[in-house]
Amino acid sequence: MSGGQISGGQNIEVLDLSQMPLRDANARLQDDAKPAGAFFKVINPRGAHALACGLDSEIEVEVEGHTGYYCAGMNKLARVVIKGNAGQGVAENMMSGEVRVTGDVSQSAGATAHGGLLVVEGNAAARCGISLKGGDIVVKGNVGHMSMFMAQAGTLVVLGDAGDALGDSLYEAQIYVRGSAENLGADCVEKEMREEHREKLRALLDKAGCGDVDVSEFKRYGSARALYHFKPDNVGAY
Amino acid sequence: MDDMNWSLRESHSFDRNTIAEIRRAAQTGLYRIRGFGAKRQIPTLDDLVFLGASMSRYPLEGYREKCDTSVTLGARYASKPIQLKIPITIAGMSFGSLSANAKEALGRGASEVGTSTTTGDGGMTPEERGHSTQLIYQYLPSRYGMNPDDLRKADAIEIVVGQGAKPGGGGMLLGQKITERVAEMRTLPEGIDQRSACRHPDWTGPDDLAIKILELREITKWEKPIYIKCGAARPYYDTALAVKAGADVVVMDGMQGGTAATQDVFIEHVGLPTLAAIPLAVQALKDLDMHRKVQLIVGGGIRSGADVAKALALGADAVSIGTAALIALGDNDPAFEEDYKKLGTRAGFWEDYQDGSDPAGITTQNPELAKRLDPVKAGRRLANYLRVLTLETQTLARANGKSHVHNMEPEDLAALSVEAAAMAGVPLAGTSWIPGQS
Repeated sequence: MSGGQISGGQNIEVLDLSQMPLRDANARLQDDAKPAGAFFKVINPRGAHALACGLDSEIEVEVEGHTGYYCAGMNKLARVVIKGNAGQGVAENMMSGEVRVTGDVSQSAGATAHGGLLVVEGNAAARCGISLKGGDIVVKGNVGHMSMFMAQAGTLVVLGDAGDALGDSLYEAQIYVRGSAENLGADCVEKEMREEHREKLRALLDKAGCGDVDVSEFKRYGSARALYHFKPDNVGAY
Repeated sequence: MDDMNWSLRESHSFDRNTIAEIRRAAQTGLYRIRGFGAKRQIPTLDDLVFLGASMSRYPLEGYREKCDTSVTLGARYASKPIQLKIPITIAGMSFGSLSANAKEALGRGASEVGTSTTTGDGGMTPEERGHSTQLIYQYLPSRYGMNPDDLRKADAIEIVVGQGAKPGGGGMLLGQKITERVAEMRTLPEGIDQRSACRHPDWTGPDDLAIKILELREITKWEKPIYIKCGAARPYYDTALAVKAGADVVVMDGMQGGTAATQDVFIEHVGLPTLAAIPLAVQALKDLDMHRKVQLIVGGGIRSGADVAKALALGADAVSIGTAALIALGDNDPAFEEDYKKLGTRAGFWEDYQDGSDPAGITTQNPELAKRLDPVKAGRRLANYLRVLTLETQTLARANGKSHVHNMEPEDLAALSVEAAAMAGVPLAGTSWIPGQS
């Protein structure tokens, strides 16, 4: 652990994972006694799993390098920036705050997130936003198959293309795709893009730092709500 | 039956239940969904007997010589293991499938006798946390209501891979029970027929699970025991892989395990009987030198102190009860006979937990029905029942000369059928023959 200052005089605390165990680094990030707005830089993550998970305060964490599974898992309030790629389940079950990945992410990115914003500047693999419960995800590249499977609430925005079975068994979550969707999963349909949707999309893109993207290029997808009840007519879809 | 013509012969293959089900299927076009557990006859712990003490074994005096029933769960890695006064826990059952009063009653009853209760597929309610001194938080594929604050409030975390009623199946909660509060907790539209996922959204195998457990431990500061619950599919390998993944406790749920809503075909035809599952799970722990280091909780059809004692003698550290606990609260109570008749059933046969119309007010979200269950009185009934199970277990342990319920062993048992002998790995009564072993 070492310290320093960033512009504006804010203190910066460096956590070097080549010099300290994961538990110690996470304990420091999770420590309730930190000052509000504290800034941490994690160096040499070397693909560590479960890094910066369970954060519960308004701190900023910058990770210099690639991370393993579940980085920033269950995040609350904190802003975490991963300067590299992230493994499976980045920002899974996030409650609030923001997680940004400058590279690509593996499968199940943002899985079950209840709130907060996940921004992926590269591509996301399969099952991005699976079982989403209210969080927002913006992927600047492409997303893999089964993305937003059983997603309940929240929004996925894809600036590139979406893979097979997008939005399968979707509930009330919303999906916006600028490129093409390989095909749609069960009960997922393209829906009319009205002004209210364009406004919401514009605001989300602004928040994600993509304010220059034209919202008219997107298509909107949601649930047909045909599978909400067990009916003999739906048997073919189950 | 009085006017039955004695020359009528009911088909064994097409008995009245079978005919009724074919007619129901033909009328609706949907599989039967119901609650309760497996109803068909299968080998059970009833097929075992204790030998008791005699010339070569000394019994302990009942009421005079101590027979310890305490259990510690989760000391492998957790800094705050669970300490139970009795080896009987309450299995996971959700708020949603059960009323808030029923969840409160479970917490009250379990806490009164020093044991734990467990959340379910739908998150933790304040009623349940407030009335449970030791609450196990289920971490399920759906992650309904899952949040890090509740995770930290829990005393242990149970990662649910499967349950005995439906190994390989996801949860169900039909629209009648998705009220405003349940819908809000699960982030679902009110009144829909909810289908929970059967696989976790962010891990797929034991190697991934090991990392998931690392994350859960990091978030909870390595304080809380991590259980892994499996339906009895392949108990030897499932137990071994759970140990490899880093479990502190393995929960193995046999096919008799109950459910609030599952396809009948799943309930009756998938999974191993509890009797068959226990020895396989114990063998896996012994082969890894982890027996008693990683604790084994066994569930599925546990009804009496005899069942508890036999499960422990086969090597389990504790048992869990679900259906029996609901019956202790008041499920299937003959006092509601007229209501059961109106629903086309009878007290003792009620199994439509999925329906939300439970006359006893337990498996419902209907406020009027839920009021019928007094959580204080129901909790007391559960506590009484748990005391009886414990006393019966101690009685059998003392009869076999054991001063702790964990000292009972397979050597204390004999089997009443060839099938039970083979499954339990104990000799057929009156012989030294263990099918498949000697």
